[in-house]
Amino acid sequence: MTVPATTQDSGYNFAYLDEQTKRMIRRAILKAVAIPGHQVPFGSREMPLPYGWGTGGIQVTASIIGLADVLKVIDQGADDTTNAVSIRRFFARTAGIATTEKTEDATVIQTRHRIPEMDLRDDQVIVYQVPIPEPLRWLEARETETRKMHGLADYGVMHVKLYEDIAKYGHIETSYDYPVLINGRYLMSPSPIPKFDNPKMHEMGALQLFGAGREKRIYAIPPYTRVESLDFEDHPFQVQTWGAVCAICGDGESFLDEVITDDTGGSMFVCSDTDHCGRRVAAGHKGPGGPEEGE
Amino acid sequence: MTTVRYATAPGAGLALGLKDPVHGAQTVFRAVLRAMSRPGEIQDLTMALGPTFAPPHPLVPAAAAVCLALLDLDTRLWIDGGGDGAAAYLRFHTGAPIADAPDEADFAVIADGAMIPRLDAFSPGTDELPERSATLIVQVAGLNSRTGEGAWRLSGPGIDGTADLAIGGLRDGMAEELAVNFRRFPRGVDLILCAGARVAALPRTTKVEAL
Amino acid sequence: MYVAVKGGEKAIDNAHALLAEERRGDTDVPELSLDQIKGQMGLAVDRVMGEGSLYDPDLGALAIKQAMGDLVEAVFLLRAYRTTLPRFAVSTPVDTAAMTIRRRISATFKDLPGGQVLGPTFDYTHRLLDFALAEDGPERKESAEKTDEGDGAAMTGPMPRVTDLLGREGLVERETGSEAATATDAPAADLTREPLGFPAGRDVRLQNLARADEGFLLALGYSTQRGYGRTHPFAGEIRMGEVAVEIVPEELGFAIEIGDITVTECQMINQFAGSATEPPQFTRGYGLVFGRSERKSMSMALVDRSLRARELGEDIVAPAQDEEFVLYHSDNVEAQGFVQHLKLPHYVDFQSELVLVRALREEAEARRREAAE
Repeated sequence: MTVPATTQDSGYNFAYLDEQTKRMIRRAILKAVAIPGHQVPFGSREMPLPYGWGTGGIQVTASIIGLADVLKVIDQGADDTTNAVSIRRFFARTAGIATTEKTEDATVIQTRHRIPEMDLRDDQVIVYQVPIPEPLRWLEARETETRKMHGLADYGVMHVKLYEDIAKYGHIETSYDYPVLINGRYLMSPSPIPKFDNPKMHEMGALQLFGAGREKRIYAIPPYTRVESLDFEDHPFQVQTWGAVCAICGDGESFLDEVITDDTGGSMFVCSDTDHCGRRVAAGHKGPGGPEEGE
Repeated sequence: MTTVRYATAPGAGLALGLKDPVHGAQTVFRAVLRAMSRPGEIQDLTMALGPTFAPPHPLVPAAAAVCLALLDLDTRLWIDGGGDGAAAYLRFHTGAPIADAPDEADFAVIADGAMIPRLDAFSPGTDELPERSATLIVQVAGLNSRTGEGAWRLSGPGIDGTADLAIGGLRDGMAEELAVNFRRFPRGVDLILCAGARVAALPRTTKVEAL
Repeated sequence: MYVAVKGGEKAIDNAHALLAEERRGDTDVPELSLDQIKGQMGLAVDRVMGEGSLYDPDLGALAIKQAMGDLVEAVFLLRAYRTTLPRFAVSTPVDTAAMTIRRRISATFKDLPGGQVLGPTFDYTHRLLDFALAEDGPERKESAEKTDEGDGAAMTGPMPRVTDLLGREGLVERETGSEAATATDAPAADLTREPLGFPAGRDVRLQNLARADEGFLLALGYSTQRGYGRTHPFAGEIRMGEVAVEIVPEELGFAIEIGDITVTECQMINQFAGSATEPPQFTRGYGLVFGRSERKSMSMALVDRSLRARELGEDIVAPAQDEEFVLYHSDNVEAQGFVQHLKLPHYVDFQSELVLVRALREEAEARRREAAE
């Protein structure tokens, strides 16, 4: 569903932020693009939505978006989750811009926890909401220390941590927010996307921007940039598989959410990317437990 | 104590800024963002700026528009060879304080790329704070996406394989200085090249090879 | 059977309608006016203004009404409004020595120039519920008549700060940059415009503490008293009253007063220190907050002193001395957002963990079977 542009709420500046704040954020974004994977501190503002609910992504989106843009907002891959609805409404109201649920129609996609299944194009920008931008934070709580580690590209602690996982569990026990190395230099948090989505970041056509409002950091990956998920020769990086297909569209390749259907252990799997699922259904694909059963 | 700055009336004959400060700045920024994200790809601001946008000599429309979109009270500006007219215009429209020396500048406007100071005259930031580095807005005679004699082959983040760019009127020796700039990553300066209403960028991550 | 989760828009609209209904409560009871909140719940308004970092009692009252009395939510409302305001000027440092005093006490001297002024305080009330207040009706006559003897009436005579009196003898360290600030050109940092960086200057730390959650500061200050980074504090002086706010417009070149604000200031006098070049002298901790917020200004002064451990060459061993820990976790707008964001859907990440844990369990089971064979 695409909602055309309307007029913006007149009480605030276009896209809520004042122009000076936008300039400050725009300068930070340009430096972030020039130094791929490096976290650029910025003067994050208090937004009318709570910290932790996407204020970083919202500030980045508000600073890049214009009248010609079409915005898509997803949370957990879905356009209709309440927080995605709330953020989309915020921009429809403060910027009067067009919004869409169709990935291919969007010029700017703001996301929390997923990357759409469809390949993103060179004329699109994806904006990630980031809770904790520092990939080393769980290993070293101090900003003064992690900053030094990034300065020296000293990421030994992360390799040790991952290797200890393997020794303990036989696997790396990180299943989301799985650390990546950008262009062979900066260790970066991909935000809490499932590691299933990590390979999509590599050489992506779209510009990837990351906003952490509470932690006051912006970072970026330019298009066509090397993004490697950390691994070891004897334990190569692998993504999740389900051994199941989407009950609605039958897809066995997309990221599946488990839905509990009864209180005796019954469950089914459905696509997390609702737009992807809908497109497949429209194209005639069908899963084992299609939507008509639910209606 | 901090002084308070009040806007004063424009001086007689001072050229106008962007027609629409909100949407105009956004359009210019997105062009610069795209240029920085896709090194060597040329963005044309002719339509966005309109025929009436005429900054004072020697500023070209693209360079003036980039300044108006990005500079304000919080950015220190170094102007190289712009003359009083350019300085007065940028000071009035952006409020940017003028840096005393090139290495103190957040942004530098280089009026003539053929006379650009050595890149190591500008701040490259530090390994821990590489974002505290200068962005150079460099006016050049021409920008063309052609290959062959005199062109550069670019590669690195933002470039799908390689891209070719021919820059007219840039001082000799810049390819070597850009190679040094590339090697000191994450420190380094970033260049925004402007010719007329055209813009292209060379961030520090771009590897430059003369053809 | 699966019913796709749809209708987020409708759910949000309904939630807003329910909230509005709850906020109003019983419509047979008259609605609260902002004047009532401002006048009769003034300490709540003061707290919201302080942590909201915006001095505006009317908006503070509005925020409290809108937030149904949830003060942290009210602080958030005020902050989100504040961030949209243009900045016209930066004031000169307020001069608390010239305060129109309503309360002023010192724990370090029995008497001092200007005297002890008790003012409006809970300190010596017996905390017995006053059931007379529960009765509606015509204005009750206050039982105790105010006396004019010092306490109560605003003092306008000279009332030098205790720390200044001690400072004359060199017994307490000089504040670098406070009295001297008017003469320096260095602008104070502003963390609403520049993100925190470390090590943080004292200006940044004090701004952070002034905006910090009162409960967080109270607990940290308390912890220093119980030995987690002890600083031997004495309440040198606490004063509350009105101070003038002045700006110097560039074209005038001299200060003009733009209004008065109520503030509470606390100067703690702490453990003395000396060095090869400096004879022993007391150190200080400083607290200054909007409105009448004595508990917070005292807690702030304790924590300020603890955070000076690095500059005073003390070992950093306790939470209150750890500037990254204190400054990163003091802001209740940041904290409440991130704690409560856990109620947003996280099912994609949870699914990733489920897949992993199931795989690990299968492997463990296979190993167990193998070993048993």
